[in-house]
Amino acid sequence: MTATPAPKEASKATRQRPGSDPTEDAQPIMRRVKTKLTSKWATAAAIIIAVVWSVPTLGLFVTSFRPAAKQVGPRSDGWWNAFVDWQFTFKNYADVLTPAGSQSANLSQYFVNSIAIVIPVTIFVLVLASMAAYVFAWGKFKGRDALFIFVFALQIIPLQMALIPLLQFFTQTLQLPAGSYAQLWIAHTMFGLPLGIFLLHNFISEIPGEVIEAARVDGAGHSTIFWRIILPLSVPALASLAIFQFLWVWNDLLVALVFSGGTADVAPITQRLAEISGTRGARDYLNPAAAFVSIIVPLLVFFGLQRYFVRGLLSGGLKG
Amino acid sequence: MEFIGEKLLQVVIALAIFAAVIGLIMLLVDRAPKSVKDKVTVAGFLAPAAILMLVGLVYPAIRTSMLAFTDASGNGNGFDNFVWMFTQPEALTTLRNTVIWTVLVPLLSTSFGLAYAVFIDKARGERVLKSLVFMPMAISFVGAGIIWKLVYDYRGPNIEQTGVINFFRVALGMDPKQFLLDAPENTIFLIIVMVWIQTGFAMVILSAAIKGVPVELIEAARLDGANAWQQFRNVTVPGIRGALVVVLTTITIATLKVFDIVRTMTAGNYDTSVVANEMYTQAFRAGEPGRGAALALILFLMVLPIVVYNARVLRKQREIH
Repeated sequence: MTATPAPKEASKATRQRPGSDPTEDAQPIMRRVKTKLTSKWATAAAIIIAVVWSVPTLGLFVTSFRPAAKQVGPRSDGWWNAFVDWQFTFKNYADVLTPAGSQSANLSQYFVNSIAIVIPVTIFVLVLASMAAYVFAWGKFKGRDALFIFVFALQIIPLQMALIPLLQFFTQTLQLPAGSYAQLWIAHTMFGLPLGIFLLHNFISEIPGEVIEAARVDGAGHSTIFWRIILPLSVPALASLAIFQFLWVWNDLLVALVFSGGTADVAPITQRLAEISGTRGARDYLNPAAAFVSIIVPLLVFFGLQRYFVRGLLSGGLKG
Repeated sequence: MEFIGEKLLQVVIALAIFAAVIGLIMLLVDRAPKSVKDKVTVAGFLAPAAILMLVGLVYPAIRTSMLAFTDASGNGNGFDNFVWMFTQPEALTTLRNTVIWTVLVPLLSTSFGLAYAVFIDKARGERVLKSLVFMPMAISFVGAGIIWKLVYDYRGPNIEQTGVINFFRVALGMDPKQFLLDAPENTIFLIIVMVWIQTGFAMVILSAAIKGVPVELIEAARLDGANAWQQFRNVTVPGIRGALVVVLTTITIATLKVFDIVRTMTAGNYDTSVVANEMYTQAFRAGEPGRGAALALILFLMVLPIVVYNARVLRKQREIH
């Protein structure tokens, strides 16, 4: 941490504070009052932000349990009326999840697809990015820094730019079968690597050199150092990258649109969600329930791994 | 539920193949003769990522750059696509919107995220409070589109409103508003959705950074008589500068590439289009891949200053090491 611990005002205050001033007792009281006041405003502001940020999602949650007639059509009204006019149903969720009937959203199939896409991609990106980040941080070769900056710059290539050439490459050069997960796995991994390498490099380069040197003196090879020392020490960074990678892939629509083919065999839940919410009509009342089903897993992932957002997670990241 | 087994099998096979490849690389690195060991390590550790990025990003980027100087039928047309971009009113609106997005979203998300992170630091129920603001980050843009449709919903002035904001407008005696239709402020209403999503990201990263600021420094400033604002301004902010740069960079890049929100909420109609959306429209809908590619190149140029800045910070950091 390169905090500058010499704030002008503070040091001036130090000089002015006399050792045995009679007002010394009065000052802390004043200060306590002041801090309390600011913290009262801070609490109010925090509560307002928290409310504004959660009301839209609360609206979705409440709406998803409301009967169809209350959501669309002439007798519909705002979701907040549900608190007065107590009518709730699980029918929307049942309709959305079970594959019965031709009208069904059949979401459970797509839900499994999303999981089958996102888990391998997250593992691929974590392993490959940390390997590359290790070499960029501790390897010694010519042009290392230039190459690293080049990788960083790759982040800005818009996905839209890469999609068509990549699709041609997959289907014509590699002959990957359509309607399998392979295309999605590889495409997502490719797009996730630059940011993954960048974030992990920031963390891995902060690991004290002595630790690695000591292991090397003891005769450990690069692969041992990588698996036994670098990865265990990088768990907080790996966990946070895992969370973000998971969320990005789970929530992706664009890559899915291009590479999945759109069938229930492969397409993820977002694609199905876009389909059913895109078609306006009698089934509009299913959208909130469907949207909520797609949100649950990312929320669980966040709550599960939240404790890894610990002290100094990014403390090494780009010191100014 | 037999479909789950089959899908699971595909996943297991893929993971097994991946593990085999990685294991092979590690074996090669360990068995390499001492004289070339370091070189083999660098090559082995970098190769998988390097190959994937070359095929998935570098090669497509080069092809697209060349495409930017061709017309709809693939013949070279010099700078025509760029002339189109900077003269046509719709294209100019797109550029203007993108600038508004890139200025407002990083600024607002980071400010809200930082303020919130500071306010709730060490507060009771910090985890719950954090989760509330982080939640939008976990929601897909498609989901966010559905959520915000419920917020911005509009109905005629004489029937009951179903949108939250219009409900309040009517309650206050105002006319209901078509938030997504009325230009130019509709761009702002789309930006709000993006800010709503990105604030959680800023907050989580900055909160972690704030906890990394040594308590002694803050305590020292407090004992020296610095008030809350001075402590924040002179101790906390310098202490989290690195994290601030990361947050601003990441959000700016995400904003420049923003596509799904515009696509799902207005599809770029009513003067709300941005470069990333226009690129998609031109390349995939209007049959003008050259124009789409030219827009992509412009996007690349817009992000370039951020990359240069980060590269310089990075080099300085390397010199210290």
